[in-house]
Order: sequence, then C-alpha cells, then structure tokens
Amino acid sequence: MIKVESLTKKYGGFTAVDNVSFTARPGRVTGFLGPNGAGKSTSMRIMVGLTPASSGYAEVSGRRFADLPNPGLEVGVLLDASAQHAGRTGREILTIAQRTMGLPASRVDEMLERVSLTPSESSRRVRNYSLGMRQRLGIATALLGDPEVLILDEPANGLDPAGIRWMRDLLRGYADQGGTVLLSSHLLHEIEVIADDLVVIGNGRIVAQGTKAELLASAGTLVRTRDVPTLARALVDADLEFSHMTDAIRVDADADVVGQVALSAGVALTELRAADGAGLEEMFLELTADTQREGVAA
Amino acid sequence: MTAVAVETEVVRTARPTPARIPMSRIVAVELRKSFDTRSGFWLMVSIGALALIATIATILFAPTDELDYEAFASAIGFPMAVILPVIAVLSITSEWSQRSGLTSFTLVPHRSRVITAKLIVTLGIGVVSMLLAAGIGALGNIVGTAITGTDTIWNISGAELFYIVLGNVLGMLVGFMLGLLFRNSPGAIVGYFVYGFVLPPLAMLLAASQDWFDKLQPWVDFNYAQGNLFNGVMDGEMWAQLGVTSIVWLVIPLAIGVRLVMRSEIK
Repeated sequence: MIKVESLTKKYGGFTAVDNVSFTARPGRVTGFLGPNGAGKSTSMRIMVGLTPASSGYAEVSGRRFADLPNPGLEVGVLLDASAQHAGRTGREILTIAQRTMGLPASRVDEMLERVSLTPSESSRRVRNYSLGMRQRLGIATALLGDPEVLILDEPANGLDPAGIRWMRDLLRGYADQGGTVLLSSHLLHEIEVIADDLVVIGNGRIVAQGTKAELLASAGTLVRTRDVPTLARALVDADLEFSHMTDAIRVDADADVVGQVALSAGVALTELRAADGAGLEEMFLELTADTQREGVAA
Repeated sequence: MTAVAVETEVVRTARPTPARIPMSRIVAVELRKSFDTRSGFWLMVSIGALALIATIATILFAPTDELDYEAFASAIGFPMAVILPVIAVLSITSEWSQRSGLTSFTLVPHRSRVITAKLIVTLGIGVVSMLLAAGIGALGNIVGTAITGTDTIWNISGAELFYIVLGNVLGMLVGFMLGLLFRNSPGAIVGYFVYGFVLPPLAMLLAASQDWFDKLQPWVDFNYAQGNLFNGVMDGEMWAQLGVTSIVWLVIPLAIGVRLVMRSEIK
C-alpha cells in the first residue's frame, strides 16, 4: 500500500507537484498517468525519499520510506533504468543490490531468469545494453527482494511489443498475488490495458482519479441511431448532456438511462455501449488540454 | 454497460519486519563497488603498479650514494598523493555522475550511512595502499642496494612512516570533501589538483614576497601544515597548525558537503 497525502514540491516559484493525494491499494495496479513534465517522476522520487517534499508526505506500507529498515525487501523501485554505473555488468548491479539487501546469491540468477536476461547478456557491461535490456535489469532489481510494493516510473519505455506484453503479465500476476503496483506512464493505452485504478495528473495537480471502470463510466455512453434529431430532442428533454461525434452521439449518462430515453422517444438504436477507449482518451486529452505543451488538436 | 469494478482485496500474509541493514554490510558493498568497474579496478591496480614503477625508476636513476629508504619513500609518495585522492573523489561523485545514487540511496535510505561507509572504505584503502607502497619501497631498498652493492639504509622511523600515511590520508579526505561539495567527477578532480598542485607554489611565491604571509602561512595554509608531516618532524606547534588549518580547510567544508548531500535532490 502506498499512501500519498497533500504532497507538494516547489522549486522557487514553480510548483512541480501541487497538493497530490492518492492511495495505491494492495492487489491492484494503479496507473499514474500524465503528460511529460506533469510531476509524475518528482512525486515518485519524493515517495522513495530521493527528493525532499516541500509539504505533505508519502507512506509505503504504513511507514515513511526512510523508516523502512531494509527498503529493498518491502518496496521495489525503478525510477530510471539508465541510472546505473555504465561500467558495471548487469549481473554485478544485481549482485550489489542482493548483497545490500542481505539475500542469498542464488536470487540473482533467479531474477535474471525471470526477466529473461541470458548469462551472456548479464555479463555484459550496462553501457552496451539497449533501453529494453536496461528496463528488464531495472525490473529484476525491483523484484529482487520480493517486495510487496512496486514503484515503477515509465517501465515500458524502450520495450518491444512482446516486452510490453511480458511486463503487463508480470505486473498483473504480481498484483493478483496481493502486491501493490504503482506505475507511471504518459501513454494512455499502455496504462489502460493494465491498470485497475487511475490517477491522472497534469501540471502537478491531480485532475482525475478512481477505478478505471469509474473513469470509463464518467466518459459516458456512445449511442448510434438513424434518427439523430429525434434522439437529440429526447436527450435535451431528459436534461442529459451530450455531444455529437462523427456518426454517433456521446451522452454523459449510463447506457441504461440513454436506452430508456430512446425507448420512450420511440427511436430505434443501432448501437448502445459505454464510450470506453475513445472516451477515456477524450477525457485524458480534455483533462490535460490546458497543461499539455502541444495543446490538443480538437 | 460498463464493467463493474471487481474488488480484489487480496491481502498477503503479514510478513515480519526485516532487520535493519547493518553498517558492516553497507561497508562491504561499498568496498565491492570500488573494485567492480573497469576504471575502479585499474585505479586500484595502478596503486601497486605505480609504486613498483617508482621503485624501479629509483633503482635505475637515483645516484648510488643517495639510494636509501627515504629515496624510495619519496619516489613512491608522489604518485600516491595523486591517485589516492582521485579514488576518494570518485567513490562519492560516481553516484552522481553515473547516477547509480538513485539505486544506492533507495536501497539504503539514510544517506549519512552510505557516506559513512564510503568514508570507512576510503580510509581503509588509503591505509592499506600506503602500507603496500611502503612494503614495495622496502623491497626496492633491499634489492636496489644489493644491486649497487651499497649499504641498505633504513632512514625512516615508524613515526615518520605514520606521518606519511597520515599525510596521504588527509589528502584523501580532501578529495572526499571535494567530491561531496562538487558531486561531479571532473569538477572535484580539477578542484583537488588546483588545491594540491597549483596553490602550493603560489602560496610559496606569496610567502617569499610578502613578509606578513610568511609569518601567517603555517596557520592558514593546509598544504603547508600537511607538508610538515612529510618532513618527518612534528612538534607541538606543528600539530596545532595542522589542527587549525584542517578545521578550516577540511572539517568545515566537509560538514557543508555532507549537509548539501543530505538535503540535495538525487535525480
């Protein structure tokens, strides 16, 4: 379990993290989603004590990170896969972590196997690693102490599609066994397929959070009909917010409500479903529209 | 219809709180870290290699009548004074330059413990290296005088040897301090060379031309005070001078460096 409470980080006049509060629960994958520079990495660095917070606090397994007697056994951390001494071999980096945590040497081989780094790869120096290999090594370091909590910053970066699939299955399995997983990403689709809960951050502030299902629900219902004007009138009469899409209408209401309105109005529907996928993406773009560098191509 | 969130409140069996990482383990890991990269390994090898080269050079080039233990000690002393502080600098700065600190300071969340372990390892390496160098020098003295057929002269006492080791350890501490202050390998190494090799001749010039500085120098110039250690004679006043200058040039900056490291953000 990770608990973040009113976390704020200021750099002079710039507020990188602004009153961020959320909880990542055991047995669930919590996606920390936001555009680049939104404050995800800074928040994560504060959680593990690498960056001092201006105010607020973060707790892992009910304690401040610095109060964990042997953090590697309780929290697996991967903040930046490239932040390793380039002159060490992959195996050596794992060995240092294994010794620091006081684990048997056999754990190193187990972990190398778990992340599919071959003996010849693990005896190479990290400077010769691809980003994907570094991510695998970083994951191995994080999993080494069999921790109950994982904090991973953009772990899928640099992985090929098969690697992303592997990572997804690994984290899913981890959460299903009761682990707490917090992972950040700036890619909605990456998070959407794995996360149970979402925390969406923009400009240092949380703009939305909840279960994925809740956030999908709040994205509304997609409805199609040949008789758009009649349905639109009925929706207005029912006081429902809606917007016209290319060949459909997106309504800010549950599917059963929309279906009821259509039935009363005697409109035949060709499609009625939760506006997921597109809906969440639309929400993500909307929520971060003010904060994104590029702005949103409407 | 949207999928209903399935509450998967799986609770793991509560695990016992792990024991705190003992200091001995952090020291052992830090020691391993000074040898496990190619650059670190060769830096360590170079201590022995340079001592050997200096010894051989002394046998080859020193005038026969000057071939005594002191000649070997001073020949070996110079490369030691260069290389040991660099080792001290890199033990700190590599955590920042190579960004491995992200892992080091997360696995051991108390930075002071990591820094203390590094200090212990640095001092250990310093003392062991100096004793190794002294041994190589002694061997050179025996072999060298056997070749030239002159008497083997042991003109360095135990106390003098201790002074030399202390002098080099102080040099390492200066490197350690600069590493903490700069947290950048080139910056700290250049800083050390300016301190160790550029400032002394300038101070000497100033002392030669300015009478007031000549009188003041022993009390303000750390290099100068350290130099007494290498001359082999230390009286009470010299110890006092060493103490005063090391507080100003070593202890206070070290405290500032530690404070900076404790509060800094590790990216």
